[in-house]
Amino acid sequence: MMSEEDTVGMTSGILGVARRDLLLAWKRPGDILNPLFFFAMVAALFPLAIGPSPEQLQFSGPAVMWVAALLAMLLSLNSLFLSDFEDGSLDQMLVSPVPLSALALGKTLSHWLTSGLPLVIVSPVVAITFQMPFAVTGYLMVTLLLGTISLSLLGSIGAALTVGLHRGTALLSLLILPLAMPVLIFGARTVSLVAAGDGVAGGLYFLAAYAVLTLSFAPFATAAALRISNE
Amino acid sequence: MTAKLSADGLTLFRGERCLFQGLSFALNPGELLLLEGRNGSGKTSLMRAIAGLIEFEDGDVLWEGKPIRTNRPDFYGSVVWMQHRVGFKADLTLVENLRFESHLRAQSGADLDVVLKRLDIDRLKRLPLRSLSAGQQRRVALARMLLSSVPLWLMDEPFTNLDREGRALVMDLTTEHLSKGGMCIMAAHQDVEIGGNVTKIELK
Repeated sequence: MMSEEDTVGMTSGILGVARRDLLLAWKRPGDILNPLFFFAMVAALFPLAIGPSPEQLQFSGPAVMWVAALLAMLLSLNSLFLSDFEDGSLDQMLVSPVPLSALALGKTLSHWLTSGLPLVIVSPVVAITFQMPFAVTGYLMVTLLLGTISLSLLGSIGAALTVGLHRGTALLSLLILPLAMPVLIFGARTVSLVAAGDGVAGGLYFLAAYAVLTLSFAPFATAAALRISNE
Repeated sequence: MTAKLSADGLTLFRGERCLFQGLSFALNPGELLLLEGRNGSGKTSLMRAIAGLIEFEDGDVLWEGKPIRTNRPDFYGSVVWMQHRVGFKADLTLVENLRFESHLRAQSGADLDVVLKRLDIDRLKRLPLRSLSAGQQRRVALARMLLSSVPLWLMDEPFTNLDREGRALVMDLTTEHLSKGGMCIMAAHQDVEIGGNVTKIELK
């Protein structure tokens, strides 16, 4: 009864889920725009509160933008598996020969494309309000690029663990924040170091290594967490 | 000869309550296993446990003689299921939803238009699923089963929300599936008229 041209597989699973979620995001753009607005608002309001002194703005810019990015990512994570859980799609994905970790990775990929990447793209605009020099902005984008990948992957574990709970947002933040701290510390500090004219290779290598590390275990942890949450 | 799907001495608890104890069954190609029982008697739980989503307290379900607990991919490659929640995205159209299915399990290559026509939902193709009635959504869930090429159908209350023609259609489709050597486990509290080898399990 099995068809000969069996297209079901890991890559097809990853891309299929990612494509479906991107299509959903396209049909409901509000879900993407909310965290992005949050990021832009927080980061744009800070300079108004701090005052017009360029030294102070340049000093606090990297930290404020990184904290805003981290919180915006957390904000978008809660809904990652929620709708799949509620409409039964998750059950369909669980009962499929495609490894659940591949499907989870596909969902995380789409999450990063719709929440992490937009932050990276708008960050130069927000950086203007902090009077950030052009060269520093470049590094800010690179750290955000590497950092948001880790945050999406770590966040998928937390989202999977809390999907069955009502109002799991607080718990999700508590679970994720300790693991996200290194990203925040190295991300913000690396940008500050660029601004001060110091060497930054170490920080970038760390962020890249952390992204690879999370990529190697997060999909499996997420899959295991989904099976537990869906009992 | 070992049965294609068999279970021996299944015991399932939900919370403190024992739903059933020492339940056994065997299912071979062309056979239907009909789960009957009152509301809350554990039909859905049994179905979810067979699908591996909840764990039995005791006993194992075997697929081709191997416990599915340790052979999930093998078993999941042979099963498609229909449950209370249809498992589609409300914002996507019928076709977009069904196209996603091809990433989850083997497809029979049946022509989409023919299948949709048979289920009488062909004119709803371009509509988002949320604008369909509950019964129409159940028909889309039936399309998922017809488009897949797996031997085992798990159907949890397939008649819910369906009109008389819809219910007859479910029975016809299941009869056809069984005659082609398929298998089906169905939970239902209506009278079911399905041709083929039917085994009934009454859950108390």
